[in-house]
Amino acid sequence: MDTKSIVYIALFAALTAALGLMPPISFAGLALPPITAQSLGVMLAGAVAGARRGGFALLLFIALVAVGLPLLAGGRGGLGVFFGTSGGFLLAWPLSAALIGYLVTKKSDVSFLMTAIYIALGGIVLMYAIGIPWMAFIGNLGLSKSITIMVAYVPGDLVKVVLATIIARGLRRAFPNL
Amino acid sequence: MLDLYSPGTSPLHRLPPAPKMLALMISATLLFINQSLPLTLVATLATLTLYPLTQLTLKQAAAQIRPLLWIFGLFFAVQWYFSGIQMAAYVVLRLAALILLASLVTLTTRSSDMIDTMTSSLRFLKPLGVNPAKVGLAISLALRFIPVLAQITTEVREAQKARGLERSIIATAMPVAIRTIKMADDISDAIESRGYRP
Repeated sequence: MDTKSIVYIALFAALTAALGLMPPISFAGLALPPITAQSLGVMLAGAVAGARRGGFALLLFIALVAVGLPLLAGGRGGLGVFFGTSGGFLLAWPLSAALIGYLVTKKSDVSFLMTAIYIALGGIVLMYAIGIPWMAFIGNLGLSKSITIMVAYVPGDLVKVVLATIIARGLRRAFPNL
Repeated sequence: MLDLYSPGTSPLHRLPPAPKMLALMISATLLFINQSLPLTLVATLATLTLYPLTQLTLKQAAAQIRPLLWIFGLFFAVQWYFSGIQMAAYVVLRLAALILLASLVTLTTRSSDMIDTMTSSLRFLKPLGVNPAKVGLAISLALRFIPVLAQITTEVREAQKARGLERSIIATAMPVAIRTIKMADDISDAIESRGYRP
């Protein structure tokens, strides 16, 4: 792997960590957990850095979380988070980034709408497809109940998809040979 | 870089990371195989007693659980409603035991020791084309980038505030993204020009 790839992998791992420093947005009071900006890092890693670099960046990020660095939103980290209810979403991050990267960089000219759809496929569909069964398993909930809980996160994730699309397309304009 | 390590001299602190990880994996699997509520309760209490035994406080144990309290409550309510109070207690206790156990490993192991174990175990992946030195470079670069990114964001946010754009997310995010990509390109050029060959 060339030096530029290593630097990009480190950069997007760090970006996901830095997004965890942003104050989480609370909605619906205390009934639901706050929405954090960190999955925006997953979407950007895939859409900007591509499948290989993006996937490895998130792999590096979850490895750093696993070894005990408090890089998740709210200063959480360590092995415990993987056994928690959102552990599946965390483990899905590298795959989501890789899928987004694969889809977005497959063709050289992708429209705004298609970029957004690709980001949503990896960043919402795939992530939920891995995260929800995990949550159902750990919490001994049925699949349908877990899905009901996660519906509350979809609006926030859609906002992140739009943001990631705007930023990724802007970056591709600024750096055509990214 | 601040990690979650809590200094101490207990046997668990002195144990190398690899056997601790292995023990955690085995205990977690056992917790999932076990279906009985009394055994899960015993496991949770046993994990809790390990905290004072390894020079950690029960306050630290509580801090591991606190961020998840809402979801514990939610799961308890849902399980109680659909499968009865026994199932509810079993699920929440199992979750608590798992998290306390995993946090025990994290609290008694320095991140640097974990990273060392991780990179040295990558030796076995060398035939697959994994270069431990490159992984090490990526780790140290990532840890250095986090405060840099935070600083760039602060600078851009102040600049946009002066223009009255502090409410626009894009007006902050876009310049931050462009500056960081430019920085990354400069850094990889700098590494190459110093003849880095891992």
